[in-house]
Amino acid sequence: MTAQTLAPVRKARPIRRPGSVFGYTLMGVFLAYFLIPLIWLFIASTKTNAGLFASFGLWFDKHINVIQNLKDLFARDGGAFGLWMRNTAVYAINAALGSSIISALAGYAFAQYHFKGRNLLFGIVLASVFVPGTAFAVPLYLLESKTGLSNSLLAVILPALVNPFGVYLMRIYTEQAVSQDLIDAARVDGAGELRIFATIVFRLIAPGFVTVFLFAFVGAWNNYFLPLLVLSKMNLYPVTVGLAYWNGLASLPGNAQVLYILVITGSVVAILPLMIVFLFLQRYWQAGLSLGSIRG
Amino acid sequence: MSITGMAVPRASKNRPPREHYFWSRLGRKATPYLFLSPFLAGFLVFLVYPLIYAFNLSLYRKKLIGGITFVGLSNYIKAFQDTNFWEGVRNVLVFGAMQIPIMLGLALLFATLIDSGVIRRVTIFRLGYFLPFAVPNVVAALIWGYFYGQSFGPIAQLANLLHLQPPIFLTSKGIIPSIANISVWQYTGYNMLIIYAAMKAIPTELYEAAKVDGANEWQIAWNIRIPLVMPAILLTFIFSIIGTLQLFNEPNVLNAVAPTAMNSHFTPNLYVYQLAFANKQFDYSAAISFTLALVTAVVSSLVLFVIFRREANQ
Repeated sequence: MTAQTLAPVRKARPIRRPGSVFGYTLMGVFLAYFLIPLIWLFIASTKTNAGLFASFGLWFDKHINVIQNLKDLFARDGGAFGLWMRNTAVYAINAALGSSIISALAGYAFAQYHFKGRNLLFGIVLASVFVPGTAFAVPLYLLESKTGLSNSLLAVILPALVNPFGVYLMRIYTEQAVSQDLIDAARVDGAGELRIFATIVFRLIAPGFVTVFLFAFVGAWNNYFLPLLVLSKMNLYPVTVGLAYWNGLASLPGNAQVLYILVITGSVVAILPLMIVFLFLQRYWQAGLSLGSIRG
Repeated sequence: MSITGMAVPRASKNRPPREHYFWSRLGRKATPYLFLSPFLAGFLVFLVYPLIYAFNLSLYRKKLIGGITFVGLSNYIKAFQDTNFWEGVRNVLVFGAMQIPIMLGLALLFATLIDSGVIRRVTIFRLGYFLPFAVPNVVAALIWGYFYGQSFGPIAQLANLLHLQPPIFLTSKGIIPSIANISVWQYTGYNMLIIYAAMKAIPTELYEAAKVDGANEWQIAWNIRIPLVMPAILLTFIFSIIGTLQLFNEPNVLNAVAPTAMNSHFTPNLYVYQLAFANKQFDYSAAISFTLALVTAVVSSLVLFVIFRREANQ
């Protein structure tokens, strides 16, 4: 039942409209604009570093070098890239799972209970939805380097557990998906509040939970500023910081030109998991966008 | 009174009677706070406390001789007079003035085209336009940095093929439009989908009524569809402005490819990073980062307040 509420509602479409030719041309041109840089990246990752410079960017070179590139990528700097990917995965999964659970609990509290300070607290949550994580990165860095939390994955994971947007989405979703009668019935049966949440409510809000998880996962996967500040050991880098670091080395005059092809191959490997997640979980991110906008 | 304007009335009064033990009543009262506690704890420790810490730090100054002394707001006065800081502010404002109207204008146009039925095979457009959003900022900046490049960038290659002068993107003049383009590329599809989702929530009867009255597709879009999604557009606008003020990832990554195009205080965040990380001027960087976070928080609270006041009045 809740799955249906996530599916986009379709309106009946007329067969043909004036302005179609203009519309398709324009949208087609922009489709090319959005996709060509990605296509270029995928094609470039199949070349040798020399081929990258010698052949035209938007077509394949004679020699497809992708296997060798992958081997070189994972061998470079003693297998640093594999570590970075692992770090990013550990970091994104923990941050996303933790922040989704915390958001679900808080969203449920806002949706289900009347308590002192509810409106004020929710107002604060809403206001902080707009404040991006980057605004807190330097203060966090100053604090974490003082307390000795820096240079651990926890330094990046713990701040990511606080997800005001997730709380906001979970409140709206819970209001839509959980009926008061059901909760009351469970209370009559003598179920405790936490048990009601864990056994009854959680199943109903699972699709909303996946949506929050997805956005938190992508946010954590893509994070750069905070890890750049608080992680100074190369074996702790997430893949974003690692790739930017290699790019910096590759761009030094006369230095390690071969790195360019590794940064390109590494970029492909780094974005593939996200592309797959987005393609397979379309329903959930679209639900997140519509929940965010309708009530926003 | 509620600043959120979102309090949802709920029939919770008809609960079945319960034994009114003191502890059970106390438990009832405490339950919502228990559910909230992990979030609130994290909020205080990782959002509020770092700001307080940064503020406190910003009130002191470390000197080579004499150690750490309390200097009051003098770090803030210094920031106010710091041309490096204002240059960064000016850069992000120019960047925002360029990027936000183009991005949101396109997002609105595409959403209108899709929602009005002018475009019918929408899945490919929806997915294709959104795909750049799934690319990490850093990787987007890397891709475009190479794409713009003179040595193996396809734009320069194409220009050479046609015996034209290849355009030079990553110069001190070209850098702001070049970064603006990266942001347009990454976020247009995202904003399009937010606006489109708001359009789908408009009841179809409104369009039908307008059609009965003889309105054409453009009039419907202009007079019904777009005004009704104004709150969503405003929302994307605020997010964009705030994102603009915080600009860091793209210039920091491009800096490696084009070190001459930018200086180390190109954006306020880049400057703060430089001060804290390279110069170890912790107290001064704390002052600037606190100011930035505070301005962002105040701007967003104000805007929220205005939006919900307006909505409540309607």
